[in-house]
Amino acid sequence: MTFGLVFEQLLNGVQFGVMLFLMAAGLTLVFGIMNLVNLAHGSLYMVGAYLAVAATAWTGNFALGAALGLAGALLVGMVVEVVALRTLYERDHLDQVLATFGLILFFNELVAIVWGRAALYTSLPAWLQGHVELFTGSRYPVYRGLVIVVGLLVAVALWYVVTRTRIGMLVRAGASNRTMVAALGVNIRLLYTVVFGFGAALAGLAGLMAGPIYAVQPGMGELILIQVFVVIVIGGIGSIRGALVGALVVGIVDTLGRAFLKPLLGSVISPPAAEAAGPALASMLIYLLMAVVLAVRPEGLFSSRGS
Amino acid sequence: MLSVERLETAYGVSQVLFGVSFAVESGQVVTLLGRNGMGKTTTVLSVMGVVRARSGTIAFEGKPLHGLPSFRVAQAGLGLVPEGRQIFPNLTVHENLIATAANRSGAVMPWTLDRVFDLFPDLAARRHNYGNQLSGGEQQMLAIGRALMTNPKLLILDEATEGLAPMIRTDIYRCLERLKSEGLSILVIDKDVKALARIADRHYVLEKGRVVWNGSSADLTANQDVQHRYLGV
Ligand SMILES: Nc1ncnc2c1ncn2[C@@H]1O[C@H](COP(=O)(O)OP(=O)(O)OP(=O)(O)O)[C@@H](O)[C@H]1O
Ligand SMILES: [Mg+2]
Repeated sequence: MTFGLVFEQLLNGVQFGVMLFLMAAGLTLVFGIMNLVNLAHGSLYMVGAYLAVAATAWTGNFALGAALGLAGALLVGMVVEVVALRTLYERDHLDQVLATFGLILFFNELVAIVWGRAALYTSLPAWLQGHVELFTGSRYPVYRGLVIVVGLLVAVALWYVVTRTRIGMLVRAGASNRTMVAALGVNIRLLYTVVFGFGAALAGLAGLMAGPIYAVQPGMGELILIQVFVVIVIGGIGSIRGALVGALVVGIVDTLGRAFLKPLLGSVISPPAAEAAGPALASMLIYLLMAVVLAVRPEGLFSSRGS
Repeated sequence: MLSVERLETAYGVSQVLFGVSFAVESGQVVTLLGRNGMGKTTTVLSVMGVVRARSGTIAFEGKPLHGLPSFRVAQAGLGLVPEGRQIFPNLTVHENLIATAANRSGAVMPWTLDRVFDLFPDLAARRHNYGNQLSGGEQQMLAIGRALMTNPKLLILDEATEGLAPMIRTDIYRCLERLKSEGLSILVIDKDVKALARIADRHYVLEKGRVVWNGSSADLTANQDVQHRYLGV
């Protein structure tokens, strides 16, 4: 276990973490502000991935394909909000869970009908294929590095929008008292549609960036969604800062656990036992982490709703 | 400028307003008076479109408002200072003031942060404090400033002095007088008949969801019976 290897896995953890963050940001805003549990957030991740693959194939240009995928996810998100979710804000969480679960089934079928059930694999353009040498003996894939940079840039941009702009103020104000925001002349429904659309676009961005790393297939969104909920519970519902910290922690713990828990255990207990226990424990790590956080701080690390 | 006719509003099956009618002329200060639970807040919320009136008409500068969502009513030029202040606790004073600010009517001398801080000097020192860190009086000033920053043509204040120390009440009444002298029309709900009689032009007394009396300040001051019977003075 060299330092270079640990460092590389650490970066992989950060890379997974920023993808979780892109998902969690939209989900936690929608939950914290509109009080909506949206299980279909993973579907928007999937939609972003598929639209980007299709648009890349169509235009022959990866960047253009990604941009179209992003715009598509934004649009699909706003349409879903207007058509299906608007009526759910006032309903209780069980109704929301049932309705958005229905949306998951709908989107998975739709995608399967259009693109088939088999996983799509995408190839990266040449300029994103190589590796960069970080220091002697440690190389890291350019593409994964790009994912990290994009994710962190989005985090900074989101922080700026939420804390420094009028839109951000209205979003926070709406989280505490939407009736009053409306009574002061703001079309809060439209604001919600826009916020939801941007959350969808962030999910789509995560999905389209995941495409070249993982497989693009129906149901891909649900795999990550569970981890995203863990992130939100750890970070604190409604908190962007919590989403970022939670996502990085979950991403790093999960990745390092999968990479090193087995060899570590192998040095303590017998190799066959470590062989069996290692992967099982590794996949439980983030849930254990969540349980610990819930026990110590039930409201999550950053509990401030909407900040 | 505002004319409300036969407003009826119910919460579920329990009807609260039974045909409330009143009017505010441009530049006037008009009050809605009445004991607790008589329907003053409900009247204001119905006008604002926050609760939906079952029937009746509301016209502002000749344009119908009834049935519109509350953001449209506000955009037409009504600025609400709600009962209980309802400032945004998780926004700073500065953010509370600018988040919903607008000048839709194109006022030539629009409200600015400086003007609000000039009206309420105490707020200026608190501009970076969060709403939930303010005293009741400061919250009330903030709620008024926040409504003014939308540059309303009609300011509506629901119990703007409730629960405040006498000195701060005086400040707020003085502020209302100043706003009136600048030509702003104001609809005010309050319990202090004496102070209101000094500032206001016209009064409407609500009793169980009906307007049972209306008249000028002189009429009200002279009419001990109304004061005693409906206002408990
Ligand atoms: N959201 C609501 N649901 C049901 N009933 C309500 C609601 N709000 C007010 N009421 C009832 O409507 C009646 C009128 O209330 P309203 O708040 O309009 O009175 P008010 O004149 O403003 O009283 P106060 O001086 O106490 O503010 C009261 O009987 C009250 O209990
Ligand atoms: Mg009231």
